Amino acid sequence: MIEGARWRKWVFFYVPMALFLLFLLFPFYWMVITSVRPDGELYRPWNSTNYNPFWTWNPTWVHVRYLFEETLFASWLWNTTFIALASTAISLVCGVFAGYALSRLNFPFAGSLGTAIFITYLVPQTLLFIPLAEIIRNYRLGDTPWSLILTYPTFLIPFCTWIMMGYFKAVPKELEECARIDGASRWQAMLYIVIPVAIPGILSAGIFAFTLSWNEFIYALVFLSSPAQKTVPVGVTSELIRGDVFYWGPLMAGALLGSIPVAIAYSFFVEHYVAGLTGSVKG
Amino acid sequence: MGQVVLKGINKFFDGMHAVKDVNLQIRDKEFMVFVGPSGCGKTTTLRMIAGLEAISSGDISIDGNVVNNLAPMDRDIAMVFQNYALYPHMSVYDNMAFGLKMRKFEKPEIDKRVLEAADILGIGELLKRRPRQLSGGQRQRVALGRAIVRHPRVFLFDEPLSNLDAKLRVQMRVELKKLHLRLGTTAIYVTHDQVEAMTLGDRVVVMREGVVQQVGEPLELYNQPANKFVAGFIGSPAMNFAVVTVTEANGSLIAENSGLRIKLPDETARRLRGHIGREVMLGVRPEDLTVAGSVDLGHPCFDAVIEVVEQLGSEILLDMKVGESIMVASVEPTVSVRVGDKLRVAMRPTRLHVFDAQTEAAI
Repeated sequence: MIEGARWRKWVFFYVPMALFLLFLLFPFYWMVITSVRPDGELYRPWNSTNYNPFWTWNPTWVHVRYLFEETLFASWLWNTTFIALASTAISLVCGVFAGYALSRLNFPFAGSLGTAIFITYLVPQTLLFIPLAEIIRNYRLGDTPWSLILTYPTFLIPFCTWIMMGYFKAVPKELEECARIDGASRWQAMLYIVIPVAIPGILSAGIFAFTLSWNEFIYALVFLSSPAQKTVPVGVTSELIRGDVFYWGPLMAGALLGSIPVAIAYSFFVEHYVAGLTGSVKG
Repeated sequence: MGQVVLKGINKFFDGMHAVKDVNLQIRDKEFMVFVGPSGCGKTTTLRMIAGLEAISSGDISIDGNVVNNLAPMDRDIAMVFQNYALYPHMSVYDNMAFGLKMRKFEKPEIDKRVLEAADILGIGELLKRRPRQLSGGQRQRVALGRAIVRHPRVFLFDEPLSNLDAKLRVQMRVELKKLHLRLGTTAIYVTHDQVEAMTLGDRVVVMREGVVQQVGEPLELYNQPANKFVAGFIGSPAMNFAVVTVTEANGSLIAENSGLRIKLPDETARRLRGHIGREVMLGVRPEDLTVAGSVDLGHPCFDAVIEVVEQLGSEILLDMKVGESIMVASVEPTVSVRVGDKLRVAMRPTRLHVFDAQTEAAI
């Protein structure tokens, strides 16, 4: 019986898990291997005698150096970080307050307002950028980080509001009532009790918002034009693909370095983040 | 001081009339219990006193001041919730100190009061722990402590013991009683458990569907229930009821139905003079039924067939078929009976209750 159980565990758990991991991690492996492979190997035809796409014996830093010395990659990184952090902060503040209000304050049409906010999230960015471009032009924000910091919240705020709404609903109402009997005003009860209890939810919303704005492409492509202002996704694809020439090495090095901050953010907060998604506030 | 007066309190929820015209005077230092089945409006009434729920109409006053429009924090009350509502991100000490900090007490005073309350409740060792590291009973104590440190005029309890296991509940019940004797603060306590109501309350309010059925001391509710609902709700096992027709024979009153024919004792008969020829509801508690001995004491008797025998050790509960209906008797553990036995059962004549068959009010 026990033998059978072990056998089953391998077939139904370990093997599928390994296949899944392989599938999931292969793109990262490909990025890593391509970014350290010399050009000579990268552009070798597939039918040459020593063709070996999965490994290299001559790792090199030239692509990374190229990225930092010949392109504005460092500025792109800085731009992306600044824009992602600022738009996440704005969206979190708005999302936390809106989510609290929609889930806790009984005002007319709270339910339909919540749905309406969610619907705005469903409007595709590929449509929204056209009117937004007009607004950005009118306020002369084009080609500045503010064009993105102020437009990303159009999809981040609904997103954060929705996550926070769900989270606040899971926080027992009695906690707040008890605080209010204890002598806290509604504002203090929110500040001292509800928000600290909701921190896992705030962190998950924050990480998601950060990732969404870090990876955002279309607004960044439309609203930014000078190379020095670009973000990583736009900079890498517009400066390292020239016509039909793909600078594969720097391109992959850029993609790799661009995904590292997100990976760090995830792994750093993963504990809170998982707790946030499963919504646990048990006393 | 802590006198709470409710005058004509009503509450409507989305068109539902949840609390109907409640009038109540809760005296200073009194332990008042609200009891009733779920949905009877007892918790809503408590929440209105706390200020967590707006009043649709009527006045609530504490020590003579109408508090209808006062925020919960300004009513000088403390509340213990069913799920304890401990702040999960704070230590036990901070949980207890929160109310005092909010009210801008000095640090030494906070310290003194928290330690004092922790001492009373025996949770001095736990002050540094987080709520999630505590057992159910300990959490309950912390929730109590958080209420005590405030020295409020009124304690409000919303089914505080219902999340505890049976043994702990009995223990905490005793401690609550002791605590009230020691602090002497007015307490309003909501429960659906009639045993808690009887044991804790100086007076008990029985509610049903938003209406106060009876207010009185526990024994008053037990001995003189105002209507059939109170009679059935208070006491365990519940009172037996039988619909009977009152007839007169040879100058005395007889109550009878298909399986029952008893001569009513004089005291009961006097009350039923006006009901001759009509149907009334007869009520008798299981503990007021006995197996009739060989000696006839002149008690009203009837025949019954045993259907179920429940041995509780201290007593035996007999489920008996009497005519068409089922009655329960609680008898001495020494009685030896078996399922299917035919018995002659006597009722204590002074302990008969009669209710109007239509209005269900006591006659």
